[in-house]
Amino acid sequence: MRALLLRDLRLAMRTGGGFGLGLAFFLILAVLVPLGVGAEGATLGRIAPGILWVGALLACLLSLDRIFALDHEDGSLDLLATSPIPLEGVVAVKALAHWLVTGLPLTLLAPGLGVLLNLAPGAYGWLVLSLLLGTPTLSIVGAFGAALTVGLRRGGLLLSLLVLPLYMPTLIFGAEVVRRGADGMALGTPLALLAAISLGAVALLPFAAASALRVNLR
Amino acid sequence: MSIWEYANPKKFMQTSARALPWAIGLTVICLVVGLVWGFFFTPDDYKQGSTVKIIYLHVPSAMMAINVWVMMLVTSLIWIVRRHHVSALAAKAAAPIGLTFTLIALVTGALWGQPMWGTWWAWDPRLTSFLILCLFYFGYIALWSAIENPDTAADLTAILCLVGSVFALLSRYAVNFWNQGLHQGASLSLDKEENVSDVFWVPLLVCIAGFVLLFVTLVLMRTRTEIRARRLQALLARERVA
Repeated sequence: MRALLLRDLRLAMRTGGGFGLGLAFFLILAVLVPLGVGAEGATLGRIAPGILWVGALLACLLSLDRIFALDHEDGSLDLLATSPIPLEGVVAVKALAHWLVTGLPLTLLAPGLGVLLNLAPGAYGWLVLSLLLGTPTLSIVGAFGAALTVGLRRGGLLLSLLVLPLYMPTLIFGAEVVRRGADGMALGTPLALLAAISLGAVALLPFAAASALRVNLR
Repeated sequence: MSIWEYANPKKFMQTSARALPWAIGLTVICLVVGLVWGFFFTPDDYKQGSTVKIIYLHVPSAMMAINVWVMMLVTSLIWIVRRHHVSALAAKAAAPIGLTFTLIALVTGALWGQPMWGTWWAWDPRLTSFLILCLFYFGYIALWSAIENPDTAADLTAILCLVGSVFALLSRYAVNFWNQGLHQGASLSLDKEENVSDVFWVPLLVCIAGFVLLFVTLVLMRTRTEIRARRLQALLARERVA
């Protein structure tokens, strides 16, 4: 499993296109929003939590179809399916690799973009914490969506249609944590619910994704 | 005699052919009686005027929008566990009907909300969760139409339906948390105190029965069409081999 993780990380780093692209997209989004909304600091600060969360979500979406599609094309997915590691483990490891190259960098980049968007000073820690808790869900739900659409030729658009509704609870609680952090309100409840969704998704979705993969590889 | 007999497509076709005229007749009777009674023979509400009458379309379609998803969940589970093709086809047949009910509920709600709330749309928890439900229907239908192999499509959509149900439920409670409600409480509940007044209550029940029957009729018709389409494909495949 460690070998698989290292292989996926190396592929993501060296093939190019996937790794930096999501981050660049996130940055561009944070530049575009002030250009569209106006440079007024108060307005930007008020919408910053939502923009940052939506941006992270969309940036994550960009690289989802690469989780399984490339391996499906060159046949290595079939080998992985017949390998001694359970397919659920393969899914979990691939989602982890996806998180390490998109979710984690996005989390680390987010405070910098928060400065651009005039985020309230009290919210930076909560922004990082909420993304840290929320982005694993984005990766594992995305892996599930990618497993559903892996056999399709033009799966990318369908993938976003399937996955985005599944992102809604995470988005709601994640952005709520940051908003409350910015206003200095109590935020234990949304934070706990965000963590609960993450844990539940990470625990259960590999099974759903693996069964979808098995159907697709039949 | 068990319900699984109807998993046999032949048996299903025979029984549904006999049941369909009755279902159509009852649907027409219930809908005509319920809607005419509701629209023309109930008084106007003292606050809402005649706009209250949209309840006869809005409440039944909103109820059915949710119930259709539950029915799809049950048939998907049956497909995954027992692999009866009729079950998968019924889920496929139900999805566009459920989407239509969702859209009817959203549109009638907007039409009512404009004069009453002064806005077509508000980000109220109920409204938002219905919009999310609508998106789930879209995704489900899109996945069905994207996959060519019917068995693969049935499997994948069933898995999506299961996972989607969990997330739809999560979203339902998440939006409650996210924003305060403008929408009134339940029009119908077992607790009599909360109900709408009796003059609206009876025609509303007739309308709900009509919508349920309408759904049953449409699902039977669409499932029969799906089975026929499947048979046609089998015949064509046999021709090609021969």
